[in-house]
Amino acid sequence: MKKQAKFGVGISVIVASLGFLAWLGYGESKTYYHTIAELETLNGSARSQRMRVGGTVAVGSIRHLAGRVDFVLEGEGKTLPVSYIGTDPLPDTFVDKSQALVEGHTGPEGRFVAEVVQAKCASKYEAAPGGKGGAAPSATEPKGM
Amino acid sequence: MDVFGSFALVLAFICAAYAFGGGIAAIITRHPLLIKSTRQAGMATCCLIFLATFSLEYLFFSDNFSIAYVVSHSNRDLSTFYKIAALWAGQEGSLLFWSLLLAIYVFSVLLTYRNKNGELMPYVGVVMAGVQIFFLTLNNFVASPFKVLASPGADGVMHYVARADGNGLTPLLQYPEMVIHPPNLYSGYTGFTIPFAFALGALLARYPGEKWIHLTRKWTMIAWMFQSMGILLGAHWAYAVLGWGGYWGWDPVENASFLPWLTGTAFLHSVMMQEKRGMMKVWNVWLVFCTFLLCILGTFLTRSGVVSSVHAFARSSIGAWFVSFIVLIILVCLGAYLKNRDYLKSENQLDSIVSRESSFLFNNLILLVSCIAILSGTLFPVFSEWITGDRISVGGPFFNKVNIPIGLLLLFLTGVGPLLAWRKTSTESLKRNFGWPLAIGVAAGVIAFTFGFRHFYSWICLILCVFVASTVLLEFYRGARVIRARSGASFMASAVDLTMRNTRRYGGYIVHMGMVFVFIGLAGAAFNRDIQKDMRQGDTLQIGPYTLVLQGFDTKPEKNYTAQRLLVEVLQNNKPTMMLYPEKRRFSTTEENGTMVAIYSTLKEDLYVVYAGTSPDTQLPVIHAYLNPLVKWIWFGGVVVVFGTLVAMLPNRRAVLVLAAAPQPVGQPVAHGLPSSVTLREGHD
Repeated sequence: MKKQAKFGVGISVIVASLGFLAWLGYGESKTYYHTIAELETLNGSARSQRMRVGGTVAVGSIRHLAGRVDFVLEGEGKTLPVSYIGTDPLPDTFVDKSQALVEGHTGPEGRFVAEVVQAKCASKYEAAPGGKGGAAPSATEPKGM
Repeated sequence: MDVFGSFALVLAFICAAYAFGGGIAAIITRHPLLIKSTRQAGMATCCLIFLATFSLEYLFFSDNFSIAYVVSHSNRDLSTFYKIAALWAGQEGSLLFWSLLLAIYVFSVLLTYRNKNGELMPYVGVVMAGVQIFFLTLNNFVASPFKVLASPGADGVMHYVARADGNGLTPLLQYPEMVIHPPNLYSGYTGFTIPFAFALGALLARYPGEKWIHLTRKWTMIAWMFQSMGILLGAHWAYAVLGWGGYWGWDPVENASFLPWLTGTAFLHSVMMQEKRGMMKVWNVWLVFCTFLLCILGTFLTRSGVVSSVHAFARSSIGAWFVSFIVLIILVCLGAYLKNRDYLKSENQLDSIVSRESSFLFNNLILLVSCIAILSGTLFPVFSEWITGDRISVGGPFFNKVNIPIGLLLLFLTGVGPLLAWRKTSTESLKRNFGWPLAIGVAAGVIAFTFGFRHFYSWICLILCVFVASTVLLEFYRGARVIRARSGASFMASAVDLTMRNTRRYGGYIVHMGMVFVFIGLAGAAFNRDIQKDMRQGDTLQIGPYTLVLQGFDTKPEKNYTAQRLLVEVLQNNKPTMMLYPEKRRFSTTEENGTMVAIYSTLKEDLYVVYAGTSPDTQLPVIHAYLNPLVKWIWFGGVVVVFGTLVAMLPNRRAVLVLAAAPQPVGQPVAHGLPSSVTLREGHD
């Protein structure tokens, strides 16, 4: 019984500390998914959260400026101006009419400030290719391990 | 050929259904002819799936652009190499490929054990057929790869149409690793079906003893090896193609491949508890069940895009099928367990906290905690949406915070576990086995610290790597010394001889050594650097000891794409070293762009150069250069892991000859205080 108690204590300590780390990591990296239409309805603290928004890149909207790239996302009949301020080069798949996911915060005047942009070309045949073997889009990624 | 392929798939489905239904009847009636016919139906299923895959490849190679799948993933200019890979470039083909690989495993199992284990095999056959039925249902009725293009003509009737050319393969997949990475990963995913089938079969059959574990050991190791290779090749692909300087981004699909690897690794270790001590029977059965479920879940996440990922954006209808299948498996496993759980009673209890058993237990728990953390992080968007209505995702910091300490704990156990004795370890043997390695590890830590090594996790990782490597080398050294004393052979030959006598144990050590190398590489990531600059011809860029000089540009038209290359001269400490050619590719058919990273890789560091596009301000090409220390060790470690796994699968060579030829020095190891380490102690395996 004593051995099992020792074991239990050891395991609880490990699990508890890992749980704590997980909680820290969660707070640091949690990101809310929103559609462009939902963004308008958010208010208060919900607007300052880190979030991820998806849409289609409006034709001719990509403008390369010093230190940032501006473009407009469209979806559900709404539009969202975005400024990409990340340091990684934009993915090769990021072109007009591509589907894009942007990650960042809402900035002043309704402009979305993105640190990460993922993009996938609108596939010509399949509506939903996806998958490891499928149309793997490239992305600007936060550096992991 | 498309009709042939479709028919082969339908027939395969019928055969699998017979193997399943007939198999159940055979289990009930025990009729030998029925048993035989269901086995043959199982084998026929596999052959038919092979034929179907062959016909799809034939359609690719004959540029048949009336088939939707061929149009979507190939074109005339695509090279032979990539026409093979086009098979798994999309949903339908990937699922057929899954069926194919599973068929290869099932066929081998049915053939290998056709005259053996008569009591167990019908059950195993039924389980395998069940899994095949699921995938064949998808292949036939949900995502058929043989759909033809058709459009309504002027008369309102549908007509076949053929295109002049296809859309081509997505540029990101036109890379050599993409030809070998998915087969490896899928071989891992599918391979775990075999231990699952044996575990469930043995439980249903109440098959006596630990025999199913012995039977499945090699199959599990094969699956595990492929899974390991698949994961590392995927990481290498991400590193070399996506051009972001990293190899692992905690992307849902990456995680999906990692999850069954974690439980599979736990299983490979915990079965030893059952073999040697008759413990952990329930745990082992559930580990196999979970591993298989995670393989299906992994396939589901990859294919369905339920969680947004670099790999899969759009959601597809296939999800419901997978969810139903997963629920069904859980119900079957749970039912079988509840019905026959008395058969899984443990024979022993844990004796001491400092023992092999407890180290395995910790190893298992930690792997499982890691698995749960990654799983919940990956599925967080799905669950948070269910519970709170908000779709919330977690990113790199979450996964890294939890998994880096877990990785280090595991690394520690890798060194400690194999050298602890079963039941209870004495203080004496602790000192003998760990004294030197611990001293060397700490010494390495002190030296590194005095030389200004300050990153906490990397520093701990360094100490542990040195410690674990020392324990492994010490084991080889001690064993080889004993053999050399007996046989007089050279040290290397003795070490090889030692390994061949207990391949499982020493192969395991080699795998552990490989993991040490992988960890060395991972630790390097803490010191990554990068710099980005607009470059005029003749401009230089300094990163670490390297100076990059932009010598010029050129444009190279290729068959399938046009490449814009930067000619970059690399000087190391101001001495000309080599030329690098980072590329941007423009694919003519798809009008998509691709990036080719140029990497100069040494054991010390990788110089990783990306042509990041044209600067909007200056209209000059932008070079993004990364200096990533020690990355090569990861790939090298992967090779060592695979080699060790292969060694561990070899049969043991008996040591009879040596013992008979030189009886005299046998006493010697006793004099050295090592009576048990070579001959008596049963290996870590």
